[in-house]
Amino acid sequence: MAQSDVLVVGAGPAGLSAATELAKRGVSVTVLDREDQAGGIPRHCNHPPYGLREFHRLMRGPAYAARLVDEALAAGVTIRTRTTVVALHPGGTLDITSPQGLETLTARVVLLATGVRETSRAARLIGGEKPGGVMSTGALQGIVHLNGQRPFQRPVILGTELVAFSALLTCRHAGITPVAMIEPATRITAYSPAAMLAGVLGVPILRGTAIDAIHGRTRVEGVRLNRPEGPEEMATDGVIVSGGFRPDAALLRASHLEVDPGSGGPVIDAWGRLSDPSYFAAGNLLRGVETAGWCWAEGRRVARAIAASLQGRLPAPTAARLRLTSDALRLAVPQMLPIDTPPDSGAATRLQLRLNRPAKGRLRLMQEGQCLLTRRIESLPERRITLPLPALRSTSDITLTLEER
Amino acid sequence: MPDSLPSHDVAVIGAGVVGAALARAFTLAGAKVVVLEKAADVLDGASKGNSAILHTGFDAPEGSVELACIRDGYALYHEIRERLGLPVIRSGAMVLAWSEAEVAELPRLMAQAVANGVTDVETLTGAEALALEPRLSPRVQAGFRVPGEHLIDPWSAAHGYLLQALENGATLMRQAEVLAGRRAGGVWHLATTAGAVQARLVINAAGLWGDEVDRRVTGETWFTIKPRKGQFVVYDKTAASLLGHIILPVPTKTTKGIVVCRTVYGNLLVGPTAEEQDDREHATVDRPTLQALMRRGEEILPALSGQEVTAVYAGLRPATEEKEYRIRTDLAEDYICVGGIRSTGLSAALGIAAHVVRLTARDWVPLADPVWPVMPSLTDCAPRDWQKPGHDGILCHCELVTKREVEAALTGPLAAGSLGGLKRRTRVTMGRCQGFYCSAALAKLTEGRLAQPMLGGSDGAE
Repeated sequence: MAQSDVLVVGAGPAGLSAATELAKRGVSVTVLDREDQAGGIPRHCNHPPYGLREFHRLMRGPAYAARLVDEALAAGVTIRTRTTVVALHPGGTLDITSPQGLETLTARVVLLATGVRETSRAARLIGGEKPGGVMSTGALQGIVHLNGQRPFQRPVILGTELVAFSALLTCRHAGITPVAMIEPATRITAYSPAAMLAGVLGVPILRGTAIDAIHGRTRVEGVRLNRPEGPEEMATDGVIVSGGFRPDAALLRASHLEVDPGSGGPVIDAWGRLSDPSYFAAGNLLRGVETAGWCWAEGRRVARAIAASLQGRLPAPTAARLRLTSDALRLAVPQMLPIDTPPDSGAATRLQLRLNRPAKGRLRLMQEGQCLLTRRIESLPERRITLPLPALRSTSDITLTLEER
Repeated sequence: MPDSLPSHDVAVIGAGVVGAALARAFTLAGAKVVVLEKAADVLDGASKGNSAILHTGFDAPEGSVELACIRDGYALYHEIRERLGLPVIRSGAMVLAWSEAEVAELPRLMAQAVANGVTDVETLTGAEALALEPRLSPRVQAGFRVPGEHLIDPWSAAHGYLLQALENGATLMRQAEVLAGRRAGGVWHLATTAGAVQARLVINAAGLWGDEVDRRVTGETWFTIKPRKGQFVVYDKTAASLLGHIILPVPTKTTKGIVVCRTVYGNLLVGPTAEEQDDREHATVDRPTLQALMRRGEEILPALSGQEVTAVYAGLRPATEEKEYRIRTDLAEDYICVGGIRSTGLSAALGIAAHVVRLTARDWVPLADPVWPVMPSLTDCAPRDWQKPGHDGILCHCELVTKREVEAALTGPLAAGSLGGLKRRTRVTMGRCQGFYCSAALAKLTEGRLAQPMLGGSDGAE
């Protein structure tokens, strides 16, 4: 097949918006996606709110995903589904497999937009047996919305991130009645309006509670909860293990590209450029979960950066390395901060942060003994925190510290 | 004269790795074999979870039947594996001592290895161990190398043995729990949950239920199964590059101890624990034990810290009051008990099968030109299906399992009967995402096709 200037890996909101923006700028783009259908995660999130930022209307996930695909195709983007990238090589060369077999593709720029997945039951070390009926929100939504199947009747939902309430809506749609939502922390992770939904649907939220063990040999029969007042058995026929999003960075980890142990995603500069400048990244691969609208906007911005790179307008990849010096700070992207940003080059203007645990105090961005920026925060893990990117004159390391009180 | 001719020469009770090897050996020896399995799929008991190592027998008890079966099984595996398309990674093992007390044990263990016929063991100083495995903790004091210890695929091996039996005329009955046995007119009449079965010879390879099957068929038993649980932690594929050898501890009286090794699927594994329990059905994991395993793993291999956990599991070993295998031919006429195959069943299975065939000495005519099925490649030892055209797309992205592979595992004489069985045949959902991406596609593809459905009672029903 004809080779494109840009290959995009992943046809979710970030990848499709980037491809559309590049095609509109006259760049030839091919998007590769391993699923049968392009559109990414919103394909099976059959509830609002999607599309407000992008299309100025309230949409459900599947309609939104279809619209993103239509826009990309209308702009002249080529989309190849059922195409899996199996290796990333230096200089923008990819090994892929598809029903046709193995191929090698090369592009001037490769954009990685492979998104996120939820943390599995296994990685959370939840005890007990391994019966059927334990699944992530992503799996549940595919089974309910794509297949029209109902995997259980009375599950518990572990987690209270936004996605846990998405799971709750999915259950309601399928006629499934969750018996409880379970949150190990003392506070609900999502912003409070979401929690009201559980109240309206009559699903109790058990705070300060962990799932100690899952019972059942072939199907879930119950869970043992670790509650503040002691252990408690609860009858249930399913466990939805929600949230704990982490970048789907398997390809990256197996490649020559630099990975940030904090975010689990790539080390990027303000333009989304990786340690090999033929690679860029955008969307949830960078940091765990953000909204589809955020990823869409990020994809569009990084497309401008890629266009600038193809025109030779991006500065050489020299930048100040950002280092996190507090254990409460999980990640900050970009990790490489720019000295000079040409106009309309698609540079990020803000730093995105996430916490490891609930924390409050003063954030301090320091370079060469000088305080570049300071800001008071009080936040929870998985909540969005951003800071303006400071203007720099030196490429020496920058530290970000949270002075907790 | 019997009232009617039995339809089978041999009934093997239990389709674990030992039952599979017995079915193969008796079929190739010319017998007409039926395999009776109580679960919805094969390998559903002790063979479900082990450390996937082909042992040399260097540390098995001298002069034991176990040692003879491991040595024989090891040789037979290497003899047949290429024809069955079974993988091997010739990793070698290191037995490492981390304290002075353990160092003092090394000469005795090496002498035992030599006495057991494993003569190629080599002593290692701490520095030599580190030179071979630079990621090991520098706390390692000394050890020895056992080049012959290898990594294999525990499920493809057992499936391959059983499939070869089936393709040469054996019968597999699943969801066929043996309820009772009666001997009349020189023939065994077995009552099972799937109907009556007659055979001339009955072999009990029921693993965790070996004593119970003895009782049900012959009315008595001579040992008691004391299940010993082992929990394991499996790390993501990025961890596999940290290690070449299988890292074994200095064993204690009851257990080989906690192993750190790669798997043939390209992961890294830490385990097992050795926990006595009465329950034979339920093998649970628990967080404190898993965390302790991870800490032990990090003590041996510090770079494991921060590596992602892909899976955790627990297996049950069918241990008994004694260490030695419980193989006995005199409980009843034409009845052989193959019990207490605790933790070396995978290595010894082919040797046990050959041993039991020898014990029976019948005048069957061995198959002159048996069929040799070739197992699908699930490891990098041979090209995988995703590397060949026409695979219809990838279904499980983490393990690169194709739709064609899943379809193949759902058809044929050994078609999967449960999601667990499908996982063991294809590795589907066994990767780092544990089904986040592919559960929906898998639920759709398997709908109505598994004896034990993937989803709950309302599977697809609206």
